Amino acid sequence: MTTGRPLVQAIDHHAELARAGAHVEGWGSSVLFQARRHPLGAIGLVIVAVFVLTAVFAPFLATHDPLATDPAASLAPPGPEHLLGADFMGRDLWSRIIYGARISLVVGVSSAALGCLIGVVVGLVSGFWGGWIDLIVQRINDILQALPLLVLALVMAASLGPSLTNTIIAISIPVIPHVARVVRSSTLSLREMPFVEAARAEGMSEWRIALRHVLPNTVAPVIVLATAQLGSAILTEASLSFLGLGIPEPHPSWGRMLSESAAEYVRTAPWLVIFPGLAISLVIFGTNLLGDAVRDILDPREKS
Amino acid sequence: MLSYIVRRFLLMAVTLFGMSVLIFVLLRLMPGNVADILFEAGGYIDPAERARIEAELGLDLPIIQQYVNWVGALAQGDLGFSYVTERPAAQEILPRIPITAQLAGWALLFSVVFGVPLGVVSAVRQNTGLDYALRLVSLSGLSLPSFWLALLIMMAFVRWFDFIPIYDGQPETLWDGFLVFALPAAAVGFRSSALIMRLTRSSMLEVLRQDYIRTARAKGAPDRSVNYRHALRNAMLPVVTIIGIEAAFLIGGLIVTETVFNIPGLARFLVESILWRDYPIVQNLVMFIAVVVVLVNFAVDMLYAALDPRIKYSD
Repeated sequence: MTTGRPLVQAIDHHAELARAGAHVEGWGSSVLFQARRHPLGAIGLVIVAVFVLTAVFAPFLATHDPLATDPAASLAPPGPEHLLGADFMGRDLWSRIIYGARISLVVGVSSAALGCLIGVVVGLVSGFWGGWIDLIVQRINDILQALPLLVLALVMAASLGPSLTNTIIAISIPVIPHVARVVRSSTLSLREMPFVEAARAEGMSEWRIALRHVLPNTVAPVIVLATAQLGSAILTEASLSFLGLGIPEPHPSWGRMLSESAAEYVRTAPWLVIFPGLAISLVIFGTNLLGDAVRDILDPREKS
Repeated sequence: MLSYIVRRFLLMAVTLFGMSVLIFVLLRLMPGNVADILFEAGGYIDPAERARIEAELGLDLPIIQQYVNWVGALAQGDLGFSYVTERPAAQEILPRIPITAQLAGWALLFSVVFGVPLGVVSAVRQNTGLDYALRLVSLSGLSLPSFWLALLIMMAFVRWFDFIPIYDGQPETLWDGFLVFALPAAAVGFRSSALIMRLTRSSMLEVLRQDYIRTARAKGAPDRSVNYRHALRNAMLPVVTIIGIEAAFLIGGLIVTETVFNIPGLARFLVESILWRDYPIVQNLVMFIAVVVVLVNFAVDMLYAALDPRIKYSD
């Protein structure tokens, strides 16, 4: 019985623990650990980081004033003076794209955050208290979800009037029902959990239970949704501005830059079409990669 | 089942009523009305003339009265008159429906034809080079704005063929229709094909992990039969849902694509009418879109129950 091959192979405890992430402590180290496990997500994180840094340090990266017009440079092709060329009014495209990152970042982050914030409150209240509040919230969600995202954002943006703040509000509204639905359904199941019952037995007030015990447990799915909404919000802003109902002139919005150039420049000045679109696509690509990784990390059940 | 259907229709009625209030209020909140836009175009403002136009269009009535007038007429099938062309709104909207429907049809065909098979291949060959390549393609499909893709396609056509297939009148043959609609449909369909591909892939992977698949493999069923007969049929259920929902929601992508390709469909008309503050057109178009979305959602749920005997709708 004691001879022969051991039934259980010796386990290399250190390797196993390292694979499970036991050595991971603190923020920096856990980001590195996850980056190694999700290389595509790491690429996304790098793209998003470059995007954020571009927006923050725009004045140092831009070669020209993004709003300065120069009739002599009208439709100048890419070259040493204008790195990516210039538009019809002779404004430097490189500088406009650099400053455009600010618009995209501000609109994307604020509208995703605003939508998620309202969505969490609405979802928590309607899921935790139920009753007639829940009934009304559900019907409003139905109404908001009966229009495609862009149609709803379009009507909202038009009715609020063109401005930066109004564009943010218009884009955040279609986000609310999505978030509210997710938070509501997880609140419904959390409400029945033993730890909530225990808190209630202890005499904790309903408000405190909702905020201290239920809310923190909905954070993971909300973060997953928020990252996904970031890219979607940037795309919606670009589409609205492309249609002339988003960010007004003279702000250099990427979508607006494409609508100025649109069809007629396809023949005459292709750089005006290629570069702003490339910027939009790259940033959304980055947020999508990052969003997938965040979902895999926070919600292991839904592995892609 | 019957009571479920009745309940669903009541909920749909509530949703559509809410939508009518929402769109009506939003339109009245918009800065300026059609009279302002007209005068802005003319470059001067004549208060008497402006008041006359507003009175003629009923814009001076109390807002509740305006709402009741609109919904009352709508209930009798009267869509009113376009403020801009002064023709009946039905005459403006109806001829555009087939154009957008054809475009949506081609786009949906494109997205299903590419999305479903590529998603299946990606799942069957999970974690191979092919899978990674396909996943990157689908991720980029979700990242490219469809209006930019449309512009790139136009650019490629100009460069290599020196022409752009432009919509001029209803195409006469199916082939002509294909030529005119193929490019915009591809621009819109790429995004939904990416979505369908991702969903097909994850749904396939989910099913391939199931016990009955292991049983099928264990009893020696060939791979092809396990993948395509046992797995695919079950994996298609959620895919059917997303295809249905995409069908209704394609109109979002169509707005920008119709604008780029200059196609006189519903989606572009909606934007133009919003810019003109052409209330009767916008109100009725939005209601039309909402009706389509609500009915498609209902149809998808019914189809789901028909395809999956485990699903029973009650109460």
